[in-house]
Amino acid sequence: MKLNTPRKVITLSILLGLLLILVTLISVTMGSVKVPPLRSIRILFESIFGLRGGGSETDRAIILSLRLPRAILAGLVGAGLSVSGATFQALLRNPLADPYILGVSSGAAVGAIIAILLGLSTFSFGLPLISFLGALLTVLVVFYFGRQDGKIHPNTLLLAGVIIGSFLSALIMFFISVSQKEELHTIIFWLMGDFGFSNARAILIIFPYILLGFFLLYLRSRHLNLILSGEDNAVQLGVDVEKLKLVSYLSASLITAASVSVCGLIGFVGLIVPHAVRLIFGPDHRLLIPASALIGASFLIASDTVARTLLAPTELPVGVITAAFGGPFFIYLLRTRKVVKTL
Amino acid sequence: MIEVNSISFRYHEDWVLEDVSFRAGRGEFVGVIGPNGSGKTTLLKIVYRLLTPQKGEILFELVPMKKMERVEIAKRIAVVAQETQLLFPFTVLETVLMGRSPYLGHLMFENEKDLEIAKKAMEWTKILPFSERPMDELSGGERKRVFIARALAQEPEVILLDEPTASLDIQHQIDFLDLILTLNRERGLTIIMASHDINIASEFCDRLILLQGGRIYKTGTPEEVITKENIERVYGCEVWIDQNPISGMPRISVLKKGRS
Repeated sequence: MKLNTPRKVITLSILLGLLLILVTLISVTMGSVKVPPLRSIRILFESIFGLRGGGSETDRAIILSLRLPRAILAGLVGAGLSVSGATFQALLRNPLADPYILGVSSGAAVGAIIAILLGLSTFSFGLPLISFLGALLTVLVVFYFGRQDGKIHPNTLLLAGVIIGSFLSALIMFFISVSQKEELHTIIFWLMGDFGFSNARAILIIFPYILLGFFLLYLRSRHLNLILSGEDNAVQLGVDVEKLKLVSYLSASLITAASVSVCGLIGFVGLIVPHAVRLIFGPDHRLLIPASALIGASFLIASDTVARTLLAPTELPVGVITAAFGGPFFIYLLRTRKVVKTL
Repeated sequence: MIEVNSISFRYHEDWVLEDVSFRAGRGEFVGVIGPNGSGKTTLLKIVYRLLTPQKGEILFELVPMKKMERVEIAKRIAVVAQETQLLFPFTVLETVLMGRSPYLGHLMFENEKDLEIAKKAMEWTKILPFSERPMDELSGGERKRVFIARALAQEPEVILLDEPTASLDIQHQIDFLDLILTLNRERGLTIIMASHDINIASEFCDRLILLQGGRIYKTGTPEEVITKENIERVYGCEVWIDQNPISGMPRISVLKKGRS
């Protein structure tokens, strides 16, 4: 019998973790400035073990201060968006749900654009902070309107999210139309999703939130399986559904807010990674959540590497790569009707 | 075992159930019948506390159910409801193992004992041969048996059935109900079944509750409840009642208008 056991989950997580390390290593060796792969890896290992060895200062700076932090950040965001997407798909019982479905991302975008228009540097501490606050504010407003008599009704919440998202999109359009040329370029790159803004500090800002959200969701992964067949069904099996929904929606929203605040709106990761993982490993969230996190991390690091190197020295926004790759892949899944039978 | 004491319930303005009281003793097979919208499904949902009545209370072995933890209720009352959603389908075995959920902690996986219980339940319901198949590849009758197996894996004392035979042909209806009856007779499980099918209810249930517009119109044995007068009054159509020639239980025949 092919049941999921703790041993299976741990083994697969280790294997996928190794894949993630491999992808990260490949990513730091690639870039517009040529640092030979072996030297890059030696620089990495020397810094991990506190040794000071070969390699020029420039090489060390490129690897340790630029490429590695960027890969770690891409990994965190990829993991966060994938876990958040998987959760929203389960809670809303909607295969088309993604981390941005409740309008959290639009709130983050408004925050970021305001920061940009205020003249804050894209590398500053302030931009992700204001963006994060914008996202959190949106979560509060959506939940205020999406709840009725103390209960979360998925459809009401979804409608509240879509409508508030549309309103915020109008604000975004307004800001774009009144902004100057240089700001416009920054705003558009942010809206497409780009790690070019980020720096090592961003990792420390978002890591606690993504970790907390992941932990809260993983604790409830077995109950997410039950709610997949309907809320009544979960109640029949002894789940406190209202508490499950409240904690899960908020955790997934928190992860989304933290993720988008440092790199903008990277599309498709949170939609396709959970579907792809379900195809390979099945729908059990006890495996789906950690596997989505690790595969999502690898996928986004790989996409960002392509974005950095495809037209080097020009960098593309990573959202262009995820969408260019994710769109056709998703169509393929739909055509082969493997995503869901009813779609 | 279960004592429903004058409960009233409403979703919004109008009462859906009003002043409903009944008892289901240990090992009893109770049927709830009544026209569409008479409150059968709502009543079951109140018994497993999906809904909380505004008035009255329900006692489970003399303990008020509002004081029971949800997990505690799920260990004692299992529900086989109308069709559930099958987005991202699990396999049969995974679905049956979900019945062990009330016994598992947050991060726990099912152990050997849970697997053993699930396998026994699948053997009982004759679904073991296709335990690896995904749920969306099963027929309606097979799926019903999977949900019975899931209910058995909960090791409950009571099983609630909501229109269990609604989408089944007569062979599958009888297979299913024979299985339920065996559980009731051999394991002493208490069964409460809401049904549209008056003949089925008459044939299988010890006692019937006839609902009309959210109130109990009549309770008693099938012979006491299924009379021409009661049924015509509650359902508002003309019927003919005689006896099933084999079992001797009341049997209902529908008539075209003006033929009686």
